[in-house]
Amino acid sequence: MNGVPVALDLRRYVGRWSLRTAGHAGRFTFLLFDMVRGLTEWRIWLPRMVEQAVNTGYGSLFIVLLVSGFAGAVTSLQTGYQFTGQLPLYVAGGVIVESMILELGPVLSGLILAGRIGARYAAELGTMRVTEQIDALESLGRSPISHLLLPRVIAGLFVIPPLIMFADTFGVLVGWVTAKSTLGITDADFVYGARYFFRPLDLWYSLIKSYFFAATVTIIPCYIGYNTQQGAEGVGRSTTAAVVASCVTILLLDTVITKLLLG
Amino acid sequence: MIELQHLSKRFLDNVVLDGVDLRVDDGQTVALLGPSGVGKSVLLKHIIGLIKPDSGDVIVDGLHVPLLRRKELAELRSHIGYVFQAGALFDSMSVYENIRLGITDETCYRDDGYCTDRVRECLRLVNLAPEVAQKFPAELSGGMRKRVSISRAIAGKPKYLLYDEPTSGLDPVNADVIDGLIERLQQEIGVTSVVVTHDVRGAFRVADRIALLWQAKIRAVGTSEEILQSKDPAVHQFLERDLEMAVIQSESDDGSHV
Repeated sequence: MNGVPVALDLRRYVGRWSLRTAGHAGRFTFLLFDMVRGLTEWRIWLPRMVEQAVNTGYGSLFIVLLVSGFAGAVTSLQTGYQFTGQLPLYVAGGVIVESMILELGPVLSGLILAGRIGARYAAELGTMRVTEQIDALESLGRSPISHLLLPRVIAGLFVIPPLIMFADTFGVLVGWVTAKSTLGITDADFVYGARYFFRPLDLWYSLIKSYFFAATVTIIPCYIGYNTQQGAEGVGRSTTAAVVASCVTILLLDTVITKLLLG
Repeated sequence: MIELQHLSKRFLDNVVLDGVDLRVDDGQTVALLGPSGVGKSVLLKHIIGLIKPDSGDVIVDGLHVPLLRRKELAELRSHIGYVFQAGALFDSMSVYENIRLGITDETCYRDDGYCTDRVRECLRLVNLAPEVAQKFPAELSGGMRKRVSISRAIAGKPKYLLYDEPTSGLDPVNADVIDGLIERLQQEIGVTSVVVTHDVRGAFRVADRIALLWQAKIRAVGTSEEILQSKDPAVHQFLERDLEMAVIQSESDDGSHV
């Protein structure tokens, strides 16, 4: 007797979830098309993009370097803990450089930027949506895509990959200094190890990931913020959703890109 | 001319508009009265294409709004000024930049000299000092924000002006100022206007014709005299400002029958 209502509820739940997911997929695709179409309106988005790029890039530099610095130091310490006495010391150079460039630099920076940039974009656009500022822009015959979304997304695509490259470099430098002071590795050994394991593809791989992560931490929060509903609570929900969705997408992309390029 | 034909809209199970017909002739001001939450703002957003109807048609300037392509809609919107209920001013921009965005002609928008003069002119039309242009929306009072919002709406020299509750949230003195402003703008720039409001006194002051939206339909429409002489009890109740109470009462009556 009880099985029927439960089954109905489950069906209803699955049905609603499927509809909602399909709705999001459709709206997201349309938004991407609109953004591509909006690229022709460069007179509108270009000046605003420069402003956003300065805010995003300069504002995020410190936190990105801080996180990558700690990551470099911890990698160095853990390498020492695991390999000292087992492998030649120069291996530490290779492990630190490869870990920072291949994984820690891009992924940790991506996650931090999802919190910093993604939350900001979602909250800004969400607030503009619930206070009817986006409707006002549309009512003036102006495109919210060109005025609000494109400047943010393009600024992110310009600024985030260099930020991640800085993060890679800074992480390696801090790891190097830490290795020298704690493991007693010489500069020559560190450089030898780093060069021994390094392949040019590693840098390309890091750069390719950084572009995907840049797109993730800008487009997803813009989409979620742009579609915010229901007042202050909605803005809070959008901000949380934007950060969570960006972080999960970064980890998913990390796996997929690794499999495709290195797997 | 603005014409709504059999306009219907529902949000989930809530029928907001059910076969609404309304016509606003060129140069006329129509006040749309109705209790809070009845769908007046939804109706207004249909006119500018911010909401698409489930069925029916919206014709503005001979164009069928729900069928317009993006560019055509943007072009039509450049001839319509919309005053939002809460102002909807861009809070990260100064008053000058807000009003400048209202200049919808792209050639004029890029001309700094023209824009400065036009912003000053729009501020004058709403009785605001030129110095207000340098302020940010957060530095303005509620009444000033409404006036800046009206300035932005008229900056593009629109043919149509849509006001969404222009006096809501204002004290009676400021509400009177805004009503006077709407009346004066109508005389000075001769636009076709739709004023959505629940302020009966203000509606009678500014409008040539008055329409009452009641339970998703237009219950009455006519000049102020015709509305005053209406024998419809709903119209009478609303005019006596008892309508919201009537809504609550009718809802509880409906509930008691279940």
